[in-house]
Parts: sequence; C-alpha cells; structure tokens
Amino acid sequence: MIPGVAADFSQDTIWTSVVKAVLIVVFLLLSVLVAIWFERKVVARMQVRPGPNVHGPFGLLQSLADAMKLLLKEDVNVTAADRVVYLLAPMISVFCALLVFAVIPFGPEVTIPFTDYSTPAQLTDFPVAVLYVLACASVGVYGIVLGGWSSGSTYPLLGAVRSTAQVISYELAMGLSLVSVFVMAGSMSTSSIVESQARLWWFLPLLPAFAVYLISMIGETNRLPFDLPEAEGELVSGYMTEYSSMKFAWFFLAEYINMLNVSAICTTLFLGGWRAPWPLSAVGDGVLNTGWWPVLWFLAKLWALMFVFVWVRGTLLRLRYDQFMVFGWKVLIPVALAWVVVLSVVQWLRQGDLVGAGAGGGELLLTAVAVVFLALVVAVLRPGRARRRADAAAGVGGVARAAAPDPFVARSRMFDPFAGGYPVPPLPGQHLPPSPRAARHAVEPDLVDPEAGPDRDPDRDPDRDQPVQEESR
Amino acid sequence: MTTSGGEAALFGVLAPLMVLASLGLLVVRRAVHAAICVVFVMIALAVLYVASQAPFLGVVQVVVYTGAVMMLFLFVLMLVGVDAADSLTETIRGQRWIGVLLGLGLLVVLGGVVGRVVLPPGPAAAPGAGAAATNPEGLARVLFGDYVLAMEVVGVLLVTAALAGLVLTHRRRLGPRRTQRFVAEQRVAQLAEGRPLTPLPAPGVYAQNTAMDTPALGPDGRPLEHSVPRVLRIRGQQRSVTAVLAAEETLVERGAPGALEPADADGAPADGAPPDGGPAAKTDGAPDTGDGGRRARDDREVRG
Repeated sequence: MIPGVAADFSQDTIWTSVVKAVLIVVFLLLSVLVAIWFERKVVARMQVRPGPNVHGPFGLLQSLADAMKLLLKEDVNVTAADRVVYLLAPMISVFCALLVFAVIPFGPEVTIPFTDYSTPAQLTDFPVAVLYVLACASVGVYGIVLGGWSSGSTYPLLGAVRSTAQVISYELAMGLSLVSVFVMAGSMSTSSIVESQARLWWFLPLLPAFAVYLISMIGETNRLPFDLPEAEGELVSGYMTEYSSMKFAWFFLAEYINMLNVSAICTTLFLGGWRAPWPLSAVGDGVLNTGWWPVLWFLAKLWALMFVFVWVRGTLLRLRYDQFMVFGWKVLIPVALAWVVVLSVVQWLRQGDLVGAGAGGGELLLTAVAVVFLALVVAVLRPGRARRRADAAAGVGGVARAAAPDPFVARSRMFDPFAGGYPVPPLPGQHLPPSPRAARHAVEPDLVDPEAGPDRDPDRDPDRDQPVQEESR
Repeated sequence: MTTSGGEAALFGVLAPLMVLASLGLLVVRRAVHAAICVVFVMIALAVLYVASQAPFLGVVQVVVYTGAVMMLFLFVLMLVGVDAADSLTETIRGQRWIGVLLGLGLLVVLGGVVGRVVLPPGPAAAPGAGAAATNPEGLARVLFGDYVLAMEVVGVLLVTAALAGLVLTHRRRLGPRRTQRFVAEQRVAQLAEGRPLTPLPAPGVYAQNTAMDTPALGPDGRPLEHSVPRVLRIRGQQRSVTAVLAAEETLVERGAPGALEPADADGAPADGAPPDGGPAAKTDGAPDTGDGGRRARDDREVRG
C-alpha cells in the first residue's frame, strides 16, 4: 500500500504491471485509430458531407488504410536537417504521450474473469501522479521544439517557436486550474481524487477551474482553434512540415494520444473519473460503480470530451497569434489565479465552520460562489466590451457608429452600400441596385424568359443600367 | 538506510549515462546538442530522486527545470540556427587556461568535501518529513510551517525580479494602438482616394520566370502595374508583359520549331499581352486564340 494513494497495488506483481502496460499501449493505439475516424466522421456530419465511407463498414477501416499508407511511404530525410535530433524529436513526442495513461484509473478494483485475482484497473499511482502528468507534457514539448529546429527550415522553426510559447503559457493556466482540485480533494494522486468525488463531481463546485481547464487543454494539445504551431494557411504545417512517412506518423500519433490524455485527465479530475453519472449511481445501492461497469463510464466520459474537441474544431475559427497569447496571459491565467484565491477563502470559511453549514452546505456555498465568479468573469470579458473601450480611447469609428443607428432596428428602404463605413449587403426589404452586367441579359431575352420570374425584370431594364455603369467607372 | 537492489541497478545504469551526457555538454560543438545533454542529465536526476523516495522533488525537477528553465534556454538557442557552431576563438587572452585552472580548483574542493562526508546512520534527517504520511505533505509541513518566512521572502524576491523585468523592458506607447479594426476602417476610408480595399495583386507568374518584376494581368487582360513592388518600379527594374511573353515564345520556338504560328499573328496590342495569352494556348496553333482576344477587346470597348 503506497501512502497517500487510495488504490491498493500491494497484490500486483511485476507481470501484472507488464500486462497492464501492454494493454494500455494497445488501448491507446486502437483509440487513436478510432479517434481519427471519429473526428473525420463527426466533422463531416457537421459540414453536411458523408466523410470516410469507402473502406469497411461506415468507413471504419479508413484510418487503418491511412496508417498503412504512411508506413509504406518513402522516408525522406532533409539534407539540411540535423540527423540525430531530427530522428529523436518524434520519438520524444510519442514516448511522452504514452507515459500519461500509466496513472489514469480506468476503474476501481476489478476481478480478472474466471479467477479470483483482483487488482486496480490502473497501472500505477503515487502521491504526485497529476504533477507527473504535467511533467510528461512539458517534456513532450521538446519533441515539437527539437523537430522544428532540426528540420533546418524556416516554417518548422517558426512553428516550433510558436508551439513552445503556446504550450508553456497554457500549461500555467492548466496547472493553476488543477490546483483547485488538489485543494478540494486534498491529494494529488489520481485514485484518491476519484475517491474524493463520491458525493459530488468537482466540475460543479469548481466551475471556473473546469472552464479554464477545458480551454487550456485545447491550447495544450495544439488543436483548433489554437493550432497556431501548424496553421496551414501561415506555416504550411508548422513543426512537422519537413517530416514524412513514419516520422510524420509519430507526430500525428502523439497529437491524438495527447488529446486522449488531456480528456482522461479532465475526466479523472473534474468529471468523477470512473464513477457512474447520477441517476445510474443510485441504482441498486451503487452496484454500477463496482466490477467492470466503471470502465464503461470512464470511456463514455472520455469520448464525450473527444467529441468536444471535434465540436470545437467544427465550430470555431483559428485565432490570430497575438490574440491567442493575450487571451492566455491576460484572461486565463489571471482568472485561474483569482479563482484559487477565492477558493482558498471559501475553504478557510468552511474549515472554521464560519458559515455554520455542514459539509453539504459548504459545497452548495462553493457552487454558488463558483457560479457568481464565472458570471462576473463573463460579464467583464463579454465580447465587444474591450472593443468599445478601445474605440472610445482611440476615437475611431465612434462617430460613424453613433450616426448610423443599429441596422437591424431601423430598416431604411434606401440601400446604403456603405452603411456604417463598410461595404454591406442589402437588408431584408432593401434591394441591390441593378447589376452593371445586366446589359448582357438584354441580348438574349428568349433564353432567359421562360424560367425567369418577374423579379428578373429590373435587371434587364436598360434605363436603370446606365447610371450605375457610369458610377462604377 | 540501505539501498535496495533495484535502486542500485538503476543508479548503476543511469549514473554512467549521466556522466557521459555531462561530458557531452563540454565536448559537443552545437549549442542545441549541449542543451539536449543537459536535459538528459536533469531527467535522469529526477528519476534518481523518485527512486530515493522523493517523488515530489523528482517531478518538480522535471516540471520546473526541464519544462520551463531549460525550455527557455533552448528557445533562445534555437534561433541561432541549425548550422551555427561555437567559435573557438578566445575573446579574452588566456581565458581557456584560467578556465582549466578554476575547474581544477573546484574539483579539488569537491573532492575534499565528498571524501570527508559522513552519512547519518538513521532515516532521512529532514525534520518533520518523517512524521508525515506522504512526501508532498512532509515537504509542505517543512516549507510552510518551519520555513514559511524564508519561503515568503523568496517569493517576494522572485516577484520583484519579474516586475523589474517588466519595468526594464517596458516602452511607453506613443499614440493610440493600431488595432485590426482601426486599420480596416482606415482602408475603407481611403477607398475614396483610389486606394485599393484589398491587398495589392501579386506579381505575375509566367512559365519562364516566377519573378517579382513582371506585372500580373487583370481580368481584362491588361497588365496591372501596381502589382510589381514599388521599389522595383522606382528603380526601373520592372519588365513589361510584352517582353516576358516574347521571350517565352522565343523559348518555345527554339524547343519545337515549325509547330508554331508566328508570335504576332493576331496583332497583339502594344500595351499588353493577348488576354488569354498563355503560350500554351498558342502552341497548338488554334486559330480561335486570336479571335478570342479580339472578342475580349471588343467587349472591353463596349464596356469602357
């Protein structure tokens, strides 16, 4: 029994650990194959197209086919590259990504079928397991940085520099959001944190920390809308531009395993880990929280978070780099810091029992405080506020906006193509002036007439054409 | 406190590798390779900490030193470039010998200290740590109980240093900030003065050269003079489209004599190229090329 850890590993032999480690690696590799398929299918659904549907049922074998293709492609080595580091970088990335799942609890004590040997569904755990995850993430960045540097090319270097700055700054916010879980759970070991969420999952009383974690986990894994290290429109594909074949596949693998990692951490720390969701957890005196059931709940939560990744990718646009850094340093980190202070004060009140409430009352209070805190943050940072302030300071556009009332309130029948100083389309009830190209339709009226309705007519009116053409010249 | 077999084996494997990596720091020519050696030493050290029952220290070693401090070093070193290596010229005369001398002195001092050290026989000497259940709890008790004042003073010192960094690198902003919105509004406002709203068109790209000095063709087939960079135009280094296309046709003619009609068959206008004028369109000798050009020109006259 390791002190400070809820799970009991005293029965494990070295062979148990080896089998668990192999199972975890197999689980991760298979999950990556499924994740690629899942992501492509869901994004396709969001973009109203079928997505991969040729290889296998529902296109399930598509990612396997892609993996084979990557394996068989020519392994290009760049002449300008620093060979050793160039080869080392993708290895570091994958290795560090694989390490994290060692401390993730898939479930409580499980019994191996057909035997009476029971063991925790977790490879290992120790009193600083969550810090170990952060350590793995921070070493994993070396893969990206060294890969970008050793390629001996400009775009990879720029991607690597961006990535370093991004991951380091978002790791700060992430670490601060994890601190509040440590404070509540009183431990940094993953199994103890899951143990502490028996009554209430921490995402509710720690809502601001949960929000900060959700945002920073996307920044940490370089996914859209924060995929600036590999922004295609700007950097070709960033640090992995010069990589091909299997070496590229390693980076690719690491990226997807990292997505699984941060989702699993989020599940473990905020969403109750392997615990069944509320109505199910009450069934039969918690029978669904024992045996192999918890693995199901854990996987369900993990994939729900993976869906969030894909959802965000399908919804949001990539940020500009400076806006992204400003968001990280001026919004996320201060909010996370302020929340830690608020939480400490509330904890102090609870411990001294100054609010006169029991343990349940204290958690209710904390939830209320969390909601109020988050509402305040959103109120201060709501979109448009900063812009209005900046405009007022710079004196830009204030006049134009003041003169032009809200276009959706006052609908003028007259179409002003530069309402508010910008080229704008007509609002409902307004019409575009006739097109300067309308003259061409007049030449071939017989072809157009049968299909065209009466609304075509003004376009072909030659009297209306003339002044517009004059203007356009 | 005795060393277990596993720990001894771990030390036996890691220690020589760490010594090799440390020597590598001295030997390798490239700064980034040296950084990698240091990173290796740091991580191996963290592993040894964890093996000696100090998991918190080991993990923090990786997070803080490898993840943050060394990363910042690497961050700067990377900007030096792949091919850069250390220069071995001495900037101060005799600095190498002074360095060797100081190194030897340090070795003597360390040897003396290490040789005379006597390890305490009992469990770890850290007060309070032994009583606590776990390693982080014991450390927390020591740091925030016994040494809380020193801890706070160090914290204040670090914050002061960070603030000093901010103050020293701070520059006062002269005039309002040019935000994206400001620039966009400025562009729209300048539309009336004939400035384009969109970015300038890119220079032309032809089969013969992808150079900046040839103007692009507009949708009406005329060359867009402002697509060539201003500097080239001022220096008079821009090429006319006619010159480019003529040169290209000479090349094509040289490549496949007889397969072509004469370059000026359709009487290309003096100011520009044939509107759909790729040499590709001409090589097959299609008679409607000229016709298309003429039609487009007619169109232009009608609209212009």
